[in-house]
Amino acid sequence: MGPTSQDRRNLVRWLLGGGISASLGAFLYPVIRFMNPPAVPEATVNEVVAGKTQDLLPNSGKLVKFGSKPVLLIRVNETEWRAYTGICTHLNCTVQFQAASQQIWCACHNGFYDLNGKVVSGPPPRPLEEFAVRVRGNDLVISRRG
Amino acid sequence: MATQLKTLKSRIGGWLEERLGLAAIIEFIAHKTVPVHSGTTWYLFGGITLFLFVIQVLTGILLLLYYRPTATEAFESVQFVVTRVQFGWLIRSIHSWSSNLMILTVFIHMFSVVFLRGYRRPRELTWLSGIALAGLALGFGFSGYLLPWNTISFFATKVGTDMAASVPWVGEALARFLRGGDDVGGATLTRFFGFHVAVLPGLTTVLLAIHLALVQRHGISSPPRVEEKYRQLGQQVPQMPFTPNFFLRELMAWYGALAVLGVLAALFPWELGEKADPFAAAPAGIRPEWYFLAPFYTLKLIPAHVFFVEGELLGIFGFGLLMVWWCLLPFWADNRQGRERTRLVTGAGVLMIAYYSTFSILGYFK
Repeated sequence: MGPTSQDRRNLVRWLLGGGISASLGAFLYPVIRFMNPPAVPEATVNEVVAGKTQDLLPNSGKLVKFGSKPVLLIRVNETEWRAYTGICTHLNCTVQFQAASQQIWCACHNGFYDLNGKVVSGPPPRPLEEFAVRVRGNDLVISRRG
Repeated sequence: MATQLKTLKSRIGGWLEERLGLAAIIEFIAHKTVPVHSGTTWYLFGGITLFLFVIQVLTGILLLLYYRPTATEAFESVQFVVTRVQFGWLIRSIHSWSSNLMILTVFIHMFSVVFLRGYRRPRELTWLSGIALAGLALGFGFSGYLLPWNTISFFATKVGTDMAASVPWVGEALARFLRGGDDVGGATLTRFFGFHVAVLPGLTTVLLAIHLALVQRHGISSPPRVEEKYRQLGQQVPQMPFTPNFFLRELMAWYGALAVLGVLAALFPWELGEKADPFAAAPAGIRPEWYFLAPFYTLKLIPAHVFFVEGELLGIFGFGLLMVWWCLLPFWADNRQGRERTRLVTGAGVLMIAYYSTFSILGYFK
């Protein structure tokens, strides 16, 4: 027995449906790949000159650009400087130094860190990453640890 | 199991029907028909134009993910798309090629309406809305041309906006409005970007909705010669159902358009050229997109002064008159006795095609 009209109709339906599905797949694949942003390589920064030693008064802090990320530089007293990543470990907000409480504060969700970068209170899950600070001549140089 | 599934399906269908009232639309589409005669194929071009427009919208949205509309970053952002983003060259090439193909199909659609006499009463507003949409398509082309901020597009925009400046009385104000200042610069780019991605799409959406609603309202027209032929036989013009018969043909036409687009975009990727430098001299060979070549070349041919009138002004005035005459085609296509001026309309259509194509070719090569 030869193919019936219904058989032919089903074949055409499968061909049309399959063709359209394959087309959609062929359209979607490049679209999804296009929407995925390519990695833009950044110049690796290992150290930056954060300014002069006299720029910061004791018990004060400022944010310094370290590559594309902020680093919080704190002058604890006349002779001691510390630096931590400026990004809160909770949800990526930028932190600031609070002179009154001598703590690092994240305003977004009221997270506090002490001057060792450890979490004092609030939602941050981890301490802040510490950076090395050294004095080179009259310059303050911040670099990655280890 | 099968019964339960059927019940669930009908319940969901009922729920949706109560809220959306789709039955009336489905009923309307089911009874929609398309006339069958030797020129039926020409009816496909409206749909192909719509299809290419949808491709433009989708690829345009994708390009927006990376494009930056400032004079300092525009060229670099497009360069980033075509060199770094995966399939970026293809998406940009499809966007550029489909815009050109769409303008071609707009012209084919418009002239097929002229030769099949689709503009006749009561379809005058369908014609006018179509003409306005064609104008918007040219606006999309003109505004989009500048966006990559390359040398050719920069100088073509300078020439184009300068042409606007020679319109009597309002020209200077119009050119200033288009440029966002006294000359083409960063402000023009930001402005053209705004036109291209917000103003023109908004206007097009409204006009397209009106155009399509009018096509649905009046149905597809049959040419008078076909109507006459069947009237003499005492029959109606044969029709085919829109769904599935005509729609499947349209779908295949879309695939055809897609094949042409795919080949052009893949084998002839749209070039980016060199970054525009407003303080560099215009290089040789500056010309606009092909669809602006005919007026561009005509203006080149007109002498600087014709009697006491400036040549450029005369050219623009002539174009203005020609456009108004063409837009009003449905209103002069019949004589005072209500009889069709068939020869005049056909002659006008043939002359328009002959002028446009000849001058475009001359403009390209000279």
